[in-house]
Amino acid sequence: MGTNDIFDILKTEFGDYILEYKDQQPVDPYILVNPDQLFDICHTLRDKEEFQFDYLMSLSGMDLGEKLGVVYHLYSMNHKHKVVLKVSVPKEDPKVPSVERIWRSADWHEREAYDLMGIHFEGHHNLIRILCPYDWEGHPLRKDYQAPEFYHGMEVS
Amino acid sequence: MGLLNRLDNPYEGGGIVLGTVEDLLNWGRSKSNWYLHFGLACCAIEFMAMNASHFDFMRFGTIPRTSPRQADFIMVTGTVTLKMAERIKILYEQMAEPKYVISVGSCSNCGGPYWEHGYHVLKGVDKIIPVDVYIPGCPPRPEAFEEGMIQLQKKISQQAIFNKRKKLAAEDKNQ
Amino acid sequence: MSEKKRIELEYSQLDSERMRINVGPQHPSTHGVLRLEVEVDGEIVTEVVPHMGYLHRSFEKYCEQLTYLQVIPYIDRMDYIAAINNEWTYVLGMEKLLGIKVPEKVEYMRVIMAELNRIANHQIAVATFGLDAGAFTPFLFFFRDRELIIWILEKLSGARLLYNYLRVGGLAADVYPGFKEDCLNVVKQVRKTNAEIMDLLINNKIFIQRSANVGILPADVAINYGCSGPVLRGSGVKYDLRKDEPYSIYDRFDFDIPVGKGEVGVIGDCWNRNIVRVYEMEESCRIIEQAVAQMPMEGDVKAMVPKKIKPPVGEVYFRAENPKGDLGFYIVSNGTDKPERIKARGTSFVNLSVLPEISQGYMFADLILILGSIDIVLGEVDR
Repeated sequence: MGTNDIFDILKTEFGDYILEYKDQQPVDPYILVNPDQLFDICHTLRDKEEFQFDYLMSLSGMDLGEKLGVVYHLYSMNHKHKVVLKVSVPKEDPKVPSVERIWRSADWHEREAYDLMGIHFEGHHNLIRILCPYDWEGHPLRKDYQAPEFYHGMEVS
Repeated sequence: MGLLNRLDNPYEGGGIVLGTVEDLLNWGRSKSNWYLHFGLACCAIEFMAMNASHFDFMRFGTIPRTSPRQADFIMVTGTVTLKMAERIKILYEQMAEPKYVISVGSCSNCGGPYWEHGYHVLKGVDKIIPVDVYIPGCPPRPEAFEEGMIQLQKKISQQAIFNKRKKLAAEDKNQ
Repeated sequence: MSEKKRIELEYSQLDSERMRINVGPQHPSTHGVLRLEVEVDGEIVTEVVPHMGYLHRSFEKYCEQLTYLQVIPYIDRMDYIAAINNEWTYVLGMEKLLGIKVPEKVEYMRVIMAELNRIANHQIAVATFGLDAGAFTPFLFFFRDRELIIWILEKLSGARLLYNYLRVGGLAADVYPGFKEDCLNVVKQVRKTNAEIMDLLINNKIFIQRSANVGILPADVAINYGCSGPVLRGSGVKYDLRKDEPYSIYDRFDFDIPVGKGEVGVIGDCWNRNIVRVYEMEESCRIIEQAVAQMPMEGDVKAMVPKKIKPPVGEVYFRAENPKGDLGFYIVSNGTDKPERIKARGTSFVNLSVLPEISQGYMFADLILILGSIDIVLGEVDR
């Protein structure tokens, strides 16, 4: 099933919450979605007969300048098709609903996106840092990040 | 070394070996150095390959020990990050004297490939613990490991145990 | 032989308390610097919390400061045991973004090197798994054979472990005469050692008692957690990217996908994950023999690629079958010669997340064995 078919079916169900469908080579086609209804959309994608996206390949945080984004790559073991979902939130208040109860692999991916990008996932049971030390300050993968001079007395740079 | 030559011909001179106590203790320490089981990253895989039968690190008298209390020296193999640096310091302080440190690979010598933009990498393990021998390479060949071990053995065999302060003061004056 | 079962916790008359133990970053068997915070009730594990980040080397931040070509040595250092497979995934993603087709000779070379690295990786995996269970001799046998593979790769690329050999559009250097004979020698030796190891380790009664019925991972849990590679195939799911989404020239070769069948123990336990790796070594030998027979020795090793790689604005997600599972690269390009963002979806990062789920209720010594059967490498977990 191609991404435009998935887009049409989702549009009939969720209406305005599905924002956009982009398909230009060499871009992988993706569907831009409003973050408010993200949990229900992902639930439909996992459980509906035609979709059955039961495998979350990857969840990445992105720094888009004034906004922060999250990209979901999904795959279906039965139908063997893929889809790419994107959401974007403002940088001052980056809150995205968590999908860890739908796909358990999202648990650590969301902790990593929080640690390195600073995106808050609402509904996550344990959103703490995973790669950087627990008392690290700042979110390193943002474009405007400045590394600290010293950490616990050790020179950083 | 005079001691080893004598050991090769034990019955010349009636089976008596003469040497200094310092030489004897240094010989014992350098030829049976036990290391702490400590592998961080890629250099640890080369270290494992060196312990295997083709290169055979154990013929230098080294045995892996798991607890720092029982180890004589520590080989820091791999990248030292800021999170790990505090643990390395604790491990080093838990070891009993006399203890030595070999820094293996460019990451623990000077930060390695991550020297420029690594915000979480400590640029060289010698910023937190004193290092005796540096082995360069990324990762170093097993032959380089063996050369590093031989250098450490040489260093230990020339160490002063008695009258250490006098000897060190004399060396400083000569320099 | 008594069967090991998941022990139901019973609170006895004695006043007992659960204890939190630290399996610290320095431990002979955690396969790298990984810290496990384990809560035990006597000898039985009730909860495991992994703490990682002790090898976080900021790979993704580095990628934004370097050009597309300079990134390749850093990609090697993610899964440092099988470095060619990492480079290949990245290079295939870039070739898809740029629309480049590589010559036939390069494709065959890449397949042969990737399969040799797959054998090398599984040799270390089975050797360290045996070491965790207490068997030292298979470690020596496998490392002796691994030296043969490393010598071939050293003659090709100059390095023993981290090759930096693949380029976008081809290889860095040409093949040497005598390459085909060396590969066939390796195949012969690997088959001989595998036959010895089946008797020495795999069908050994003590090894079976230790690893069968331990760490059972059901198939639907594995898919939900995103597992891949031998961890998923050991649970009975027949899924391999080389057959389901063939990339490069894998559709020209004839090979099987081994799956855990429960010959000994239960499908999804440590023994079945291990036997999948041993059978995969045999399948890799078959692929190498076919590739060596079909490979042309004449030809150029580089396609027509511009000197400065500047892909058009776009993004691609490419995944390939690494020895440990599927590694994915999400490459976003903004039109300049430096990438906007490269996200590496590490295989071991996702496979490790299943550890707290499958280790509850087993003994403490089994926890170490379960960690060994998942086969992680910390360079991929922490990047």
